[in-house]
Amino acid sequence: MKPILECKGLSKKYNAAYYALANLNLSLEPGQIVGLLGPNGSGKTTLIKLINDLLIPTEGEVLVDGMRPGVETKKIVSYLPERTYLDPAMKIRDVISYFSDFYDDFSADKAGRMMQDLEINVNERMRALSKGTKEKVQLALVMSRDARLYILDEPIGGVDPAARDYILRTILTNYREDATILLSTHLITDIENILDRVLFLRQGQVVLNATVDEIRTDKGKSVDALFREVFRC
Amino acid sequence: MPWDLDNDRPIYLQLMERIQQDIISGVYSPGDKLPSVRDLAVEAAVNPNTIQKALSELERSGLVYAQRTSGRFITEDEQMLREMKKEQASRHIHDFFEKMRSLGFRDEETLALIEEAVKEEQ
Repeated sequence: MKPILECKGLSKKYNAAYYALANLNLSLEPGQIVGLLGPNGSGKTTLIKLINDLLIPTEGEVLVDGMRPGVETKKIVSYLPERTYLDPAMKIRDVISYFSDFYDDFSADKAGRMMQDLEINVNERMRALSKGTKEKVQLALVMSRDARLYILDEPIGGVDPAARDYILRTILTNYREDATILLSTHLITDIENILDRVLFLRQGQVVLNATVDEIRTDKGKSVDALFREVFRC
Repeated sequence: MPWDLDNDRPIYLQLMERIQQDIISGVYSPGDKLPSVRDLAVEAAVNPNTIQKALSELERSGLVYAQRTSGRFITEDEQMLREMKKEQASRHIHDFFEKMRSLGFRDEETLALIEEAVKEEQ
């Protein structure tokens, strides 16, 4: 199968001495939920930004469905950034119609239903929402697209455990079999069971690329336990 | 409620065990249709591909069979179901004896304790 995401010799240098990513090679088949794990500063967000055309590689290349990041890839990639970019003055209902205008694959119905499930009033303005509620809104928007690749940067970090369960359930119910989800998080235990595969990033390189059950079979421990061992401070 | 799964063992194995357990305890009867992969994944809160793998393994063992368009069903082979029950029972017994050994009981002592316990229960 053609990979949905490929990184070849990918490097990103922010200043002369510091490589955030250093010759990273990676190929992801479609139809998986992949956890992007690594300590702070290991390059997770840099990789995510390179995939989303927010940064330019210093060396090497990223390919999404065989294409360099750009307008065409943005049509098939649904991206949840670390921080919100939505206008705080907008009402949620307006944000929903804004997304409808922007993305052909966006379902306003689905977004509306998710807001209802999460007990979020669509007449509220973004600025009136708590940090956690803002995150829920943003994630609901991103998951209401019918994308080929979802990239979620810390999707569950700021929300309460009940909403976390809802979000994970949403990911499981909305996800199409041929779609791929790449998500970064520190809350490994919470998401371990829904992942196919994990990538461990260390100093800008992939140091482990294995399925969750491979790790459990080979090492007899959870991904969380392995992470704590590999990245022990 | 997500299924209660251990952290250190392969998830697909635990899903297989859980479905076997559900068959033994009568949640599913012989010939019953199993929920879809997606429904099971949501119920268990696990990855759909992992459910898929667990079901394929159960199919390979013959406990579950697939009908091309209509889904997966529990076997109606009573003999096989009885054997699965027996297998589970011997696993529990084995685990129990292991624990008793680690407490320092010889197997004969454990047996004697079991007999005593049975009398008390009656």
